[in-house]
Amino acid sequence: MDEAGAERARQFIRAIPQARALGMRILSMAAGRAEIEMPYDPSLVGDPATGVIHGGAVSTLMDTCGGAAVLSHPAGAGGTATLSLRIDYMRAATPGQPVRARAECYHVTRTVAFVRAVAHDDDAENPVAAATGTFTLEGAAS
Amino acid sequence: MTPRGRPEPVQVVKQRRDAVLAAMVAGLPYLRRLGVRFDRRGDELTAVLPFDEALIGNPFLPALHGGVTAAFLEVAALIELGWVLVWEDMEAGRLDPAALTPEAMPRLPKTIDFTVDYLRPGLPRDAYARARVNRSGRRYASVHVEAWQDNRSRLFAQATGHFLMPSKDG
Repeated sequence: MDEAGAERARQFIRAIPQARALGMRILSMAAGRAEIEMPYDPSLVGDPATGVIHGGAVSTLMDTCGGAAVLSHPAGAGGTATLSLRIDYMRAATPGQPVRARAECYHVTRTVAFVRAVAHDDDAENPVAAATGTFTLEGAAS
Repeated sequence: MTPRGRPEPVQVVKQRRDAVLAAMVAGLPYLRRLGVRFDRRGDELTAVLPFDEALIGNPFLPALHGGVTAAFLEVAALIELGWVLVWEDMEAGRLDPAALTPEAMPRLPKTIDFTVDYLRPGLPRDAYARARVNRSGRRYASVHVEAWQDNRSRLFAQATGHFLMPSKDG
């Protein structure tokens, strides 16, 4: 990331209390693509017998990453909100490892952004979840 | 005709149901993290998400984080499904109330997919959700869940999820 991009990414996370609460960190955010990491935390566990984090925390990561991808798209939206989000949970994330989501805003109209995303742990070849979502485009420059 | 014993005292029934529900909720640390609790009337559960500043996703409106809404709906659907699964054993007294630790509870189903429909922004207020198990088979279940804030008839989000049932032996 260049310095301006990095600053924009930091501002994005700082502005979202829930993203901050989960310790999310933006790895990249530009040209309709974003990558965000969420550290493992025992309070996110959904199954104490295994220590696997709950899908809901992964949903929050996916949604945040989708929104970041939309806001970084050249369409220049001033704001965005999720219209729909579908998440497929393919496997349990390995306990103790951070989860990384990668989202791509692959199409925009004047009013709607279409996003797909995947999330993985340290085994990047083997995603833990995949998502598709639609987001609103608010205050677009065009 | 087999003679029927007197019905159990209401307090015994209530206490058992509440203990089972509490054990299910205690088994999900992420529920506590979100601050979600469950109100129970008979077999009807309402998930409650008390508002907290940390749940905000859009500070300018302000509005609840879409991911928080998704997570809230998902835990509401999951606990409802677990509750339906455990109901018969619980009512028949086959769950030992003394042994209701989270570890001893039957395993909860696993989410296969979850699709959220965002209808309006989540306001900075408490939110409520009720789920309905539309289909519960041996291996898979389909659950619908609706969430509202001030008015029961003005939903702010709804969702449908598919779940994989826990296997009988584990």
